[in-house]
Amino acid sequence: MTVDFRKEVDYVARLARLDLDSEEKERMVGELGAILKTAQKIRELDTEGIEPTSHVLDLPAVLREDKVKPSLPLNRVLQNAPHRRQGYFRVPSITASENPAE
Amino acid sequence: MKLYEMSATELSLLQVRGEVSAVEITRSFLDRIEEVEPSVNAFITLSPTAAMETAVGVDKRRHRGDKLHPLAGVPVAVKDNLCTNNMLTTCASKVLDNFIPPYSATVVTALHEAGMPLLGKTNMDEFAMGSSTENSAFQVTRNPWDTERVPGGSSGGSAAAVAAGMAPLALGSDTGGSVRQPASFCGVLGLRPTYGRVSRYGLIAFASSLDQVGPLALNAHDCALILNLISGHDPLDSTSLPEPVPDFSDDLELDPSSLRIGLIRENLSEQFDPEVRASVLKCVELFEKNGALVEQVSLPHTDYGLGAYYLIAPSEASSNLGRYDGVRYGFNAGGSDLETLFSKTRGEGFGAEVKRRIMIGTYALSAGYFDAYYLKAMKVRTLIRRDYMTAFEKYDLLVGAASPTPAFKIGEKTDDPLQMYLCDVCNITDSLAGVPSLSVPVGLHSGGLPIGMQMTASPFREGILLKAAAYLEEAGFYRPLRPQPGLAEEGGL
Repeated sequence: MTVDFRKEVDYVARLARLDLDSEEKERMVGELGAILKTAQKIRELDTEGIEPTSHVLDLPAVLREDKVKPSLPLNRVLQNAPHRRQGYFRVPSITASENPAE
Repeated sequence: MKLYEMSATELSLLQVRGEVSAVEITRSFLDRIEEVEPSVNAFITLSPTAAMETAVGVDKRRHRGDKLHPLAGVPVAVKDNLCTNNMLTTCASKVLDNFIPPYSATVVTALHEAGMPLLGKTNMDEFAMGSSTENSAFQVTRNPWDTERVPGGSSGGSAAAVAAGMAPLALGSDTGGSVRQPASFCGVLGLRPTYGRVSRYGLIAFASSLDQVGPLALNAHDCALILNLISGHDPLDSTSLPEPVPDFSDDLELDPSSLRIGLIRENLSEQFDPEVRASVLKCVELFEKNGALVEQVSLPHTDYGLGAYYLIAPSEASSNLGRYDGVRYGFNAGGSDLETLFSKTRGEGFGAEVKRRIMIGTYALSAGYFDAYYLKAMKVRTLIRRDYMTAFEKYDLLVGAASPTPAFKIGEKTDDPLQMYLCDVCNITDSLAGVPSLSVPVGLHSGGLPIGMQMTASPFREGILLKAAAYLEEAGFYRPLRPQPGLAEEGGL
C-alpha cells in the first residue's frame, strides 16, 4: 500500500509546529511516502493477542523516596533562556495575540 | 611508541608505575588533536584547559598517595549529546548551538570523579539521527582510515577520535546502532550496554525506550574499565537498573569450548559485501576450531525490525523534541505570537533529517493512525524480543556483521534517506530487544577499510561479549588495527 503524504503534510507539520517551505514540503511528500511504505511491511504480521512492548525489561518501576531535595538555583535554570524577566521565562503575549488557527 | 598510540590500560599502568604523568599523557593527546583534527573534524568543542586542570589534579593526588581510579589521568572524549556542566552541549544542532547546561550527565560526572581529563565534545548526526555524521549542523567528520569516507554515525566523532589517536576512550550513544556502526567503520570497539545498565540522565533524549550510552575503545580491557565506571543504578534515571554491576575487567578469560554461538542468518545476508561475510566467518571458525558450538540461527522477525524501528524511534523523537520551542533554552527565531515563535524556531532550528523524523513520528502518533503504526510497531517489538529470548535459550552469543559494508563515501547516501536507514539493518533489532551488543574490528577489507563483527548476548551479559572480544584480540585478530593511512601522508605513523 502506498501512502500519499501530500494530503497529510500540511496537517502534520502544523501538529508538529514545524514551519516548512514549499520545497521542503514537496521533498517530504516523496521521502515520507517511501519511508512509510517500507515501515508498513510490519502490517504483514499477525499481531493478534500480542502485548505491545513499551519497556524492554520486565522490571518493576523504581520509585524514589518522596522527599524534597534541593533544586538548581533559579539563575542557573534561567541561564539559557532567550528572553527572561524577573525570574520567569518570557514569551510573546498570549492573551493579546490573534491566532485564527486556534 | 607515542603516548597517544597507547591503550587506556597501558596509560593507566604507566602512571601507576610512576613512569608517566597524567599531564604528559594529556599533553600528548592534545598535541595529536592539534596535528590531525584539521583533517578529521571529530570535535565540536575542545576543552584543553579543563583537561589539563584535571590532569594536574590527578598528578597531585597520585603524588600525595591517594587511592585513584584505574582510569585516573586517562583522557576521554564525549559525544556532544551528553550534558557537560558549564560547557557547550549542542547535539550538533542549530537549535542548541548556544546551550550551556547547568548540570552534567551522570556518566560525565562519573568520568570527572574518576579523574579522566575531558578532551572535548565530539561531532555527531544532529540529535543522533543518522548513520554517517553528515547530519551535523556544523561539520562533516572524516574517517581516519580514508578521509573521503564517513566515520559512520551517529557517534562518528567519538569513533573517529579514538581511531585517529585523539582520545584513548570515548563515550557515544546508541539508539539504533549509533555506537556499533561507527565503531565498525573506524576499526574500534563499540559497546551498546543492556538497556538500563547505564544512566541516561543528562543524555539529550532522542528515543527514550531505545537510547543507551556506550563506550568506544581500543580493546576489551579498556572497554571493561570504562563500562565499570559508567554502569549502575542512578536515582535520577527511573529506567536505570537496580541490578548489581560485576567488575567487567576482573576476568576476561574465555573458555571457547563452553561457548555456544548462533550465527544470525539475516546478519550475514548474501547481499552483504562478500569480504565482510568472509571476515566474520573466519572469526567464528576460530571459536569453532577451539571447541565452541556454532550453528546457524534465524531471527525470523528481523525483516520487520527496520519498519518497527522507523516508527517507534521517530514517534518517541517527535515527542521528546517537542521541548525545543525557543522559550527555555536554545535558538529562538522570534515571532509575535506563541505558535509563530514555536513553528519558526523549529523550522529554522532543525535540519532536514530531524524534521523528517518529527514528521514521521507526529504522523504515526496522530489520531486515526496510532493503532496502525505506533501500537502495531510496539507489538512487532514484542515478537522481535521473543526471537531473541528463544535464541538465547540455545546460544550465549549471536553473531553477524556489524554493517553490510565498510565505510561509504561522503555524500554517497545523503540524497536518499531510506538508503541511509538501511545502514543500521544489522544493529536495530538488538536495540529493539534491549540486549547488549558489541561491535569488534575483525580485519581489513581489500580496500583498506576496517570490517566489524557484531556480537550480541542476553540482558546483563556484557561480560561474555568482552571476553569473546578479548579472545579475538589475543588471537591477533585486531592488533594491527590502529591505522590512519589517510593521515599519514608525511610518513605519519
